[in-house]
Amino acid sequence: MCKDCGCSLPRHSAIQQGHDHHTGHSHEHSHKHQELHTNPQLNDKKTLSVIHKILDKNDVEAAHNRAHFEAHHITAFNLMSSPGSGKTTLLEHLKEYTKLNYAVIEGDLETSRDADRLIAKGITAHQIQTGSACHLDAFMVHGALHHLPLEGLDICFVENVGNLVCPASYDVGTHKNIVLLSVPEGDDKIEKYPVMFRRADLVLITKCDLLPYFDFSVDEAKAQLKKLNPDTQILEVSIKNGDSMHAVAAWLNENLRRNTVGEPQ
Amino acid sequence: MHEYSIVSALIEQCEQHARANQATKITRVAIKLGVMSGVEPTLLQTAFETFKLDGICREAELSMTLQPLVIKCADCQQESVLDERSIVCPACNSYHTRVLEGEDMLLMQLEMEQAEDI
Ligand SMILES: Nc1nc2c(ncn2[C@@H]2O[C@H](COP(=O)(O)OP(=O)(O)OP(=O)(O)O)[C@@H](O)[C@H]2O)c(=O)[nH]1
Ligand SMILES: [Mg+2]
Ligand SMILES: [Zn+2]
Ligand SMILES: [Zn+2]
Ligand SMILES: [Zn+2]
Ligand SMILES: [Zn+2]
Repeated sequence: MCKDCGCSLPRHSAIQQGHDHHTGHSHEHSHKHQELHTNPQLNDKKTLSVIHKILDKNDVEAAHNRAHFEAHHITAFNLMSSPGSGKTTLLEHLKEYTKLNYAVIEGDLETSRDADRLIAKGITAHQIQTGSACHLDAFMVHGALHHLPLEGLDICFVENVGNLVCPASYDVGTHKNIVLLSVPEGDDKIEKYPVMFRRADLVLITKCDLLPYFDFSVDEAKAQLKKLNPDTQILEVSIKNGDSMHAVAAWLNENLRRNTVGEPQ
Repeated sequence: MHEYSIVSALIEQCEQHARANQATKITRVAIKLGVMSGVEPTLLQTAFETFKLDGICREAELSMTLQPLVIKCADCQQESVLDERSIVCPACNSYHTRVLEGEDMLLMQLEMEQAEDI
């Protein structure tokens, strides 16, 4: 049980977690570690050998968040990118291209500006004010879950703090990671931030209407990504190009849990 | 600087182990950091030196092992240790590989002093 808010979903320790209800990279990781999770042993009087994931508490909370989403048949996507790559803009415009019902958990440093922008478009959003934090963790997202009406949602997006480093280390309890890279940032960012791009299930090259003005090679970006993460898809997107937005909507639809793991609707 | 949050999770784990073993002091904390774990070792070291001061790790030394990326190729079965941040098999250039090590952040070992005569 959630002590703070009384929600009725149990938290499983990392060892008890089932293997069946998870997808996404971060999950494969935690499963691997469970095998390593040996019983601590005092070798001699002083040396204790443990093999323990440092962020395992966060991972237990992330699994709990996923249980919240799954109890409502929601698929959750973690949106990550540098500041200003177009996360909020994408979410503002997506509504015009999909019938799927979605809400947004917003991570922002100081203001509720992004949530206000979404709410102004009629999209349900809750802002987590992360203060000085450079990433969201599973506990922050859990706090926000209780401020969102989950009933009837198909998708919950988590818009992470704009940062290509820190958010990559934290499973926040979403099912898939979407990483945005905007054309003005340059095609070398995949190579410079390999951990983030390795965790991506989808990479969106955003602001593609600006391609004529920048030396950004989409082929180079694809080649770099393939070296790190060969199974990941890349979509070229511009909010000014309806077809590209429809392609994002189609990817989301194909990647709903009910379409990938056969969850009942 | 998520290294600070990572260190506070690490110190919390150390404190739990210390309690479970009736330790009075932790003298060494050994961790293994994957090169693709997303943590900067020097920042982590600084964060540890700052945070350890108020607790059981006060006098602990942090020893870090950097774990390079290790992959296994599904096509040629070769296991390789990579210098590059890529998961391509250096033996046969296949993309069909699995990462075995190099993406984790693990607490490996603790050295502690226990109260006498327990
Ligand atoms: N030309 C062009 N501009 C875009 C596009 N998408 C977003 N922008 C602009 O990029 C700027 C930043 O967009 P945001 O949506 O606020 O970016 P964000 O990733 O949410 O930023 P943070 O939340 O601060 O990290 C805005 O001025 C958008 O209008 C696009 O497809 N084309
Ligand atoms: Mg935003
Ligand atoms: Zn809960
Ligand atoms: Zn709760
Ligand atoms: Zn950070
Ligand atoms: Zn090979």
